[in-house]
Amino acid sequence: MIDHTTVQKVARLARLQLTASEETLFTVQLGDILAYIDQLSELDTTGVQPTTRAVELSNVTRPDVRRPPLDPEQLLSQAPQREEAFYRVPRISEP
Amino acid sequence: MSLIRTLREQLVKRERSAVELTQEQLDWIDQTEPLIHSFLHLMPERAMAQARRIDQALARGEALGPLAGVVMALKDNLCTLNAPTTCASQILKDYQAPYEATVNLKLEAAGAILIGKTNLDEFAMGSSTENSAYGPSRNPWDLGTVPGGSSGGSAAAVAARLVVAALGSDTGGSIRQPAAFCGVVGLKPTYGLVSRYGLVAFASSLDQIGPLANTVEDAALVLQAIAGYDPYDSTSLNLAVPDYNSALIPDIKGLKVGLVTEFIGEGTSPGVLQAIETALEVLKSLGAEIQEVSCPQFKYGLPTYYIIAPCEASANLARYDGVKYGLRAEPAESLLGMYEQSRNQGFGREVKRRIMIGTYALSSGYYDAYYIKALKVRTLIKEDFLNAFTKVDVLVGPTAPTTAFRFGDKEDPLSMYLSDVCTIPLNLAGMGGISIPCGFDQGLPIGLQIMGAPLAEPTLLRVAYAYEQATAWHQHQPSFIT
Repeated sequence: MIDHTTVQKVARLARLQLTASEETLFTVQLGDILAYIDQLSELDTTGVQPTTRAVELSNVTRPDVRRPPLDPEQLLSQAPQREEAFYRVPRISEP
Repeated sequence: MSLIRTLREQLVKRERSAVELTQEQLDWIDQTEPLIHSFLHLMPERAMAQARRIDQALARGEALGPLAGVVMALKDNLCTLNAPTTCASQILKDYQAPYEATVNLKLEAAGAILIGKTNLDEFAMGSSTENSAYGPSRNPWDLGTVPGGSSGGSAAAVAARLVVAALGSDTGGSIRQPAAFCGVVGLKPTYGLVSRYGLVAFASSLDQIGPLANTVEDAALVLQAIAGYDPYDSTSLNLAVPDYNSALIPDIKGLKVGLVTEFIGEGTSPGVLQAIETALEVLKSLGAEIQEVSCPQFKYGLPTYYIIAPCEASANLARYDGVKYGLRAEPAESLLGMYEQSRNQGFGREVKRRIMIGTYALSSGYYDAYYIKALKVRTLIKEDFLNAFTKVDVLVGPTAPTTAFRFGDKEDPLSMYLSDVCTIPLNLAGMGGISIPCGFDQGLPIGLQIMGAPLAEPTLLRVAYAYEQATAWHQHQPSFIT
């Protein structure tokens, strides 16, 4: 079942820093939602193939022809922080 | 009568110019938008430039596209150049996409005038637009009720005649349910029929773009313009697009119509049930053969969807990390802290909730019990549809179990999820469906949902058109439009 520890663990996996009140709220709500979802366990699905997509298409390829890329300057213009042609992020390792 | 055809005729006869049509819509938006709040951004310059192009083409005696002069809106999860694409989220508050969605280019090539971007539940997750980070839209039929969602801004804009037609996206009912709540036509095409290049991904195995319009004919005209293969979308079907206009024949004699018994059980309001029964009588009087069809696995549609969609969403939304675009929380002392704080500040509560459900269901130890289980039930639901289509040509039922609800009425997430119970099975099966107006309950519109086999859009449109021609529901307008 869903408890505080589970919510904290899942939030870490999802890269979400929840507030204390969100943690409490989600502990209750995720529990309710998963309890509702658990009705699926009453269905016997032995031998049933999973459907991952509505239309079966696989290995879609395109001709190996060069086409112009998006403008790098336009892409970089959306960055919260940049330095020349790079995205700037907080320090990853100690010098 | 098709609004698009009427306007096009006026344009061709030079009774009104495209610039005049656009200015009239902008004036009406100016006047009405404070009540409805259907738009997140307007694009008056882009709209006027396109209008001038159409007027010039007309002056030169050139042939006009099928949507020439048609003022349209785009849901704000469709990427546009030179205008924000926010998905109604704080995390994309100032985001400017570097490319155009294929559907936008196709609409403009057909002559449509794109005038603005409409409100939605954040990242299309919701059924009321109450999850928009920029405030909800209101239902033109009753400003105290929601327009439905997630394409609620598009539905409200069409219902209030702010635009002639609009595009929405439908992952679990997000075109059909708001169309029903706002008394307009909403069509969710077969998965793969319309390119999703430039649609911000929510649940990739379910998302599909489609039209909202005032009449079935208008919806068919818009579908015609946006359907077809796109090499930029690897899930797009490489097939010839049929002529949808030729499907619009008001003749359904001998057509087999199945009423989904699972959709008329408890939870469906008496007013909605009454309207569906009356609609079936109309179809019968037009020569259709009505029978009840049971699809026993449909009741598992909602729990199945609330595994699959959040799982896919948790993966799709991992890209919002504050590095390349979108909101970054400051000051950021570590990379991990920056990710976590940016996402927590940028995402609203429902989006976080779904990311949490999806992350949980995909995490080690739960993957088989939840995700694989849901994919297997998805197979069973699809089989229910395919079995039904060996007996009948189309399935029908209500689009939503109730009419539009009031703001704040569904605070509990599960009760909100239940408002999509009639639309979700179709997305899981990847088939096409349409919602058309079929009556009112206490002044609020009711939608009749018609569902078809894969690529059966011509049949859907024929049934919808025949019904529409035999009734006058689509001629009703919210009272503030005079």
